[in-house]
Amino acid sequence: MNPYLFGYLAAAIIGLSAVALTRKNPVHAVLLMIVMFFHLAVLYLGLGAEFLAAVQIIVYAGAIMVLFLFVVMVLNIKEEIESERFTGGWPLGVSLAAGLFLLLIILTGKVLPGQQGVYTAQVIASQTDTKALGVLLYTQYIFPFELASLILLVAVVGAIVLAKKKLR
Amino acid sequence: MNFFEVVFQPGIMDIIVKMLIILIKVVVVFGVLMLHVTYATYFERKSIGHMQVRLGPMRVGPHGLLQPIADFIKLFFKEDIIPAGADKPIFFIAPVISIFAGITAISVIPFFNGFVIADINIGLLFILAMSSLNAYGVVLAGWASNSKYSFLGALRSSAQVISYEIAMGLSLVGVMMMAGSLDLSEIVRAQQRFPGGFFWPQALGFFIFVVAAFAETNRTPFDLPEAESELVAGYFTEYSGMRFALFYVAEYVGMILMSLVAITCFLGGWDGPFAIPYVPFAWLLIKLYLFMFFFYWIRATVPRYRYDQLMALGWKLLIPLSLLNIVGTGLVKVLLR
Repeated sequence: MNPYLFGYLAAAIIGLSAVALTRKNPVHAVLLMIVMFFHLAVLYLGLGAEFLAAVQIIVYAGAIMVLFLFVVMVLNIKEEIESERFTGGWPLGVSLAAGLFLLLIILTGKVLPGQQGVYTAQVIASQTDTKALGVLLYTQYIFPFELASLILLVAVVGAIVLAKKKLR
Repeated sequence: MNFFEVVFQPGIMDIIVKMLIILIKVVVVFGVLMLHVTYATYFERKSIGHMQVRLGPMRVGPHGLLQPIADFIKLFFKEDIIPAGADKPIFFIAPVISIFAGITAISVIPFFNGFVIADINIGLLFILAMSSLNAYGVVLAGWASNSKYSFLGALRSSAQVISYEIAMGLSLVGVMMMAGSLDLSEIVRAQQRFPGGFFWPQALGFFIFVVAAFAETNRTPFDLPEAESELVAGYFTEYSGMRFALFYVAEYVGMILMSLVAITCFLGGWDGPFAIPYVPFAWLLIKLYLFMFFFYWIRATVPRYRYDQLMALGWKLLIPLSLLNIVGTGLVKVLLR
């Protein structure tokens, strides 16, 4: 991946997230998040994970953020804009996050590189990442995959039960 | 092929030449597309006019042929009114998002063998991703206008588009399974083994896709977001002049895009029963005009759905049917192997 491109994307992702956090208008914050998701998708594209990039846009930018926007639009914006952006405990949160960040920076140099797997960039490019991902998910990782689907199904049923007023 | 590998190869001349070729393709496709959008409005007014025993536009030019150009000039010079309580940046950007989503998606459509602006191996997913962005233009326009009619239109639209997007995505899974690829050029090539394309083996998928396409483009019978008898003009009630024109163009670009996807995935793409010499895109254009006519035909024939009917149709009929289609396609594929 082109280092300049990566630099731009990383800076943009961090910058956009920071700006989104400080917006008073929640609709603007949601919009900035969507722009951030686009940068994330381009990051995936640069790494050769085209399927993930497309799914990032379809699922996050396309579906989840529309629902976010839906909820946010029903809020009373005038009230929301006047209220304080952060609660009193924010310096504590910031210092905790900064500590974690420092820890990560210290640890990055110490990490041992893992063993190189079968799926190198060339292998994935020759059989497309969509196929590689699909084959792995439905053979080697079929059990965790099905388990995750089951958990999601339980969540869906739970949401319907909660939303339904009368249960016979 | 990985986009960045293609573009950022060593050798600066290579890069410049590649960029130039892509740029020329973009300009050509954009120009042709805008011409088609302009005359799609004329085609629509004429066809619906004749279906209702009227003549349609007749005044500007012979048989009203210059009417779209007159309309454009009128819209261009109209005053641009912004409502007092509008959220200005979002109000400005909403129509741009709408039109951008449609036009970007067209860049992965193969117009004839070997001619496609961006030949990426996830073409179909890219189109789904871009069409899911279309909802933002509508929703943000409705919210930013600070008007009750606009907002109601926006809420209706977001619920409708989210519901029908699922059915649309699932209806295309059958095509992906039969072609074994997400690359649109590959999908067209895979259809050459079937006379008539995937239209016959994927008839159920085609039906679901067409219904979902009507809902996604907010066309009758699913034009509830802009139902003029209830909501004035729905989400773009407060827009005027050029910004209104952008929404108008976005709607027609959306229709053309959905027609092109249907043609590429189900009706054999650029391929026809016999080759037409010197015009490799002739069959694509013929199919496109027929499909656009179908949009107008439905508009002149079918009344608008009620909102609960729309939701019931999407969730209780189209989604189960598309799941059935996936299972059926998979079974046939396994049994025939």
